[in-house]
Amino acid sequence: MEGPLAVVVGILIATGVYLMLARDLLHYLFGLVLISNAANLAIFIAGRLTRASPPLIPEGQEAPQIVVANPLPQALILTAIVIGFGLLAFALALIAQVYRELGTLDVDRMRIAEPVRPKRKKSL
Amino acid sequence: MESAGDTESRNGDRKTPGKWISLLAPIPPALIALSLLYHLPDISAGREFSFGFTWVSELDVSFRFYIDGLSFLFALLISGIGFFITIYAAEYLRGNPLLRRFFLYLYLFMIGMLGLVLASDLITLFVFWEVTTVASYLLIGFNHASAVARRSALQALLVTALGGLCLLTAFLLLGEISGSYDLQALLTKGEQVRASSLYIPVLLLVLIGAFSKSAQLPFHFWLPNAMAAPTPVSAYLHSATMVKAGIYLLARLHPVLAHTEYWEWILTCTGIATAAVAAIAALRQTDLKLALAYTTVIALGTITMFLGSDASAAVAAAITFLLVHSFYKAALFMVVGIIDRQTGTRDLTKLHGLAKLLPLAFIAALASALSMAGFPPFLGFIGKELKYEGALAVASEPALVGTAAIFANAVTVTVAGMVAIKPFFGPPPVDISCIQRAPPGLWISPLVLSAFGLTFGLAPDLIGGGLVEPALTSILGLPETIDLKLWHGINVPLLMSIFTFVFGVFMYLKLKQLRSWLNWDFTHAPTNADVLWDKSLEYLKSFAALQTRILQNGIMRRYLTVIFVTLSLALSYALLHTGQFSLEFVWPNLNLKEWAAVLLTVGGTFTAGAASRPLVAICALGALGVGITLIYLFFGAPDVAITQILVETLYLVLIAAILPRLPVFSRSKKVRFRPRDAVLGGIVGLLITVSILVVLQTPFESPVSEFYKEAAVPEAHGRNIVNVILVDFRALDTFGEIIVVFTAAIAAVTLLGHQLRRGKQ
Repeated sequence: MEGPLAVVVGILIATGVYLMLARDLLHYLFGLVLISNAANLAIFIAGRLTRASPPLIPEGQEAPQIVVANPLPQALILTAIVIGFGLLAFALALIAQVYRELGTLDVDRMRIAEPVRPKRKKSL
Repeated sequence: MESAGDTESRNGDRKTPGKWISLLAPIPPALIALSLLYHLPDISAGREFSFGFTWVSELDVSFRFYIDGLSFLFALLISGIGFFITIYAAEYLRGNPLLRRFFLYLYLFMIGMLGLVLASDLITLFVFWEVTTVASYLLIGFNHASAVARRSALQALLVTALGGLCLLTAFLLLGEISGSYDLQALLTKGEQVRASSLYIPVLLLVLIGAFSKSAQLPFHFWLPNAMAAPTPVSAYLHSATMVKAGIYLLARLHPVLAHTEYWEWILTCTGIATAAVAAIAALRQTDLKLALAYTTVIALGTITMFLGSDASAAVAAAITFLLVHSFYKAALFMVVGIIDRQTGTRDLTKLHGLAKLLPLAFIAALASALSMAGFPPFLGFIGKELKYEGALAVASEPALVGTAAIFANAVTVTVAGMVAIKPFFGPPPVDISCIQRAPPGLWISPLVLSAFGLTFGLAPDLIGGGLVEPALTSILGLPETIDLKLWHGINVPLLMSIFTFVFGVFMYLKLKQLRSWLNWDFTHAPTNADVLWDKSLEYLKSFAALQTRILQNGIMRRYLTVIFVTLSLALSYALLHTGQFSLEFVWPNLNLKEWAAVLLTVGGTFTAGAASRPLVAICALGALGVGITLIYLFFGAPDVAITQILVETLYLVLIAAILPRLPVFSRSKKVRFRPRDAVLGGIVGLLITVSILVVLQTPFESPVSEFYKEAAVPEAHGRNIVNVILVDFRALDTFGEIIVVFTAAIAAVTLLGHQLRRGKQ
């Protein structure tokens, strides 16, 4: 049952890459959201899937007696989700400020750090 | 070049660096030379010394030094000639405001050179090798106001540093083969190295390193250019010591790498070719210093040629000639420096009749030149006889090596005449008044060095048993004896010597015709190594510019494209090399609600990708977030699901707060579909999917997860294993995560600071 989810990850990545290659910075951000979700999901699948039974230990037992989901990827993903949120929140603030300063969200027009060479101006 | 007038004008307006420096400068090399000489009897008796400490124990690299016959000979040459050079340099550069800096560089070089020849660890040897490269760069460019000096310095640095890199690679490979970087251990493993499949790469890399340092073809062009350095530097680095570092390396690794046809042929042919090219170039020169520089290249070529052989006579010739050459060449360079400094020119065609004005320099020049030309009873004669003996002993091509030796020596005789006879004889110069007599500091060093040539020529046993024999023993591995003497009776080497003199003197007498003929030939030559060097640098620069234009053109989408294409290539490579994996289709056994979650996610993804309005995209992102949350929930990860839905909500709040500030609502034009990006995205996505499927086919084992399951209750007293991992077992990671979020929050608030404040107002 991991197979279809691997395909889902592929679709998320493909759409994410497509969006990140857009000229609009907001699309770039949406692409980033998709790719971080895809990464989390990939880790989740790699730890193998188990239906139901979350990794909990009932009262009175020292260790889980039944088969439970793999707790390690879950712990990793929890950290990744929160860090991903930090990244996206910051990126969003950055985008707002970029628009305020430059008046555009078109990445091709953001050339202050690397000005266009006088000759051979060529855009993709 | 420093000229007398220059020095005086600088003297006037600047404070002369302390006189003490010229008194103190010769002391350190003198102490080193004396302490080495003190141990001469031990070395002659075949003893070896080793000292040092471990440097990087993890990599098995140690800072160790090792003195045997070969390294002793070199160390003595470096410190001994260094002593005479410092005396000379202190006088030669008297009044130069940068004198202190000069000696700093010179000592740096001396330390580097001593470390190089004494190192008993390959990595240590490499470090000191590079120290000499850097010191040579600084010294050639000492006259930094001159563009020629700067260019020559850079050229020497690039050529020798390129060789240095090759050498490092060779050393690492040698370390791989022999299992250690220890030189002494390596010397006993010659058989193993030669039998290794890496022998050819190692050999070629070592030879590139050695040839670039010792100015062998095709790296010979930097050495004549290095004559832009002040003359003491040319005398020391570029004739007597540094250029011999490559020779040292060849001699040092002779037991490891020699005794094969590759070694023999490459060294013999390169040596002969270098000597021949340099000999023709030497005859063309009218600049005394350049003519000497080319004879240095001849000498280096000759020594390389002899080291190609493993016949003991040939190696003996190489080592003896190396010693002889250091004495006379350093002295002659210093004499040329004196002529240059006192007359203001080094042009052969303008100099004549200096014998009366510079008598002591003349004596030094004559004695050194006779040694260089190989006249008896000078040491040079012994060196030359040995060379001819060695040439005849070379097993493979005695005729070729012998002819090359005769030609090289004949040109050396001619150049000796050019340097020692031409400037000193003839009518006295027109304006005698402006030529000053040389102060003692200038002539004493060349005089003593040339006296060595005579002394050791008359009493060769002084160096034969004590210095040359132990060095030979180190190279050949067996106890060697050598009998240096002047008179061997009438034999083939003597006849070759006589022929050499006649040939050399003939060329000297016909020099003018010869030169005009050679010049005619060369002005018609299409190119030379120096021009090719400049061209290759230009190509390198334009290649760098081109690459920057393509890869670093400032367009972010181009950067991202490069990143994703690289990722695809790397993934494809990895997938192709994992070998066997099967991708057979199995109908997935998902139940209805799981299908629903998957479809929600996929649908949200496609909508987000295709949406032209940001608001639609945001809604789609929300939908796919819910889909992923459901997937987590269905597969036993309620904690992750809760966090995911919380974060999605928070994110939506943030976007809602920021969106009104962005020009998103005003734009409603259709977003253009970009097929190329879609293809790239599809490829990346497909590769990732396949990678995950391949990963899923590997057997699954998770000892870490098992540990957490077992230890959660007994050790951490928690029943939610995921929580226990986060707040107990990996608490520090969680703490780091909190810091990251906090930092991001601070950064975001700072960025939006005045917008938020203004909003309140």
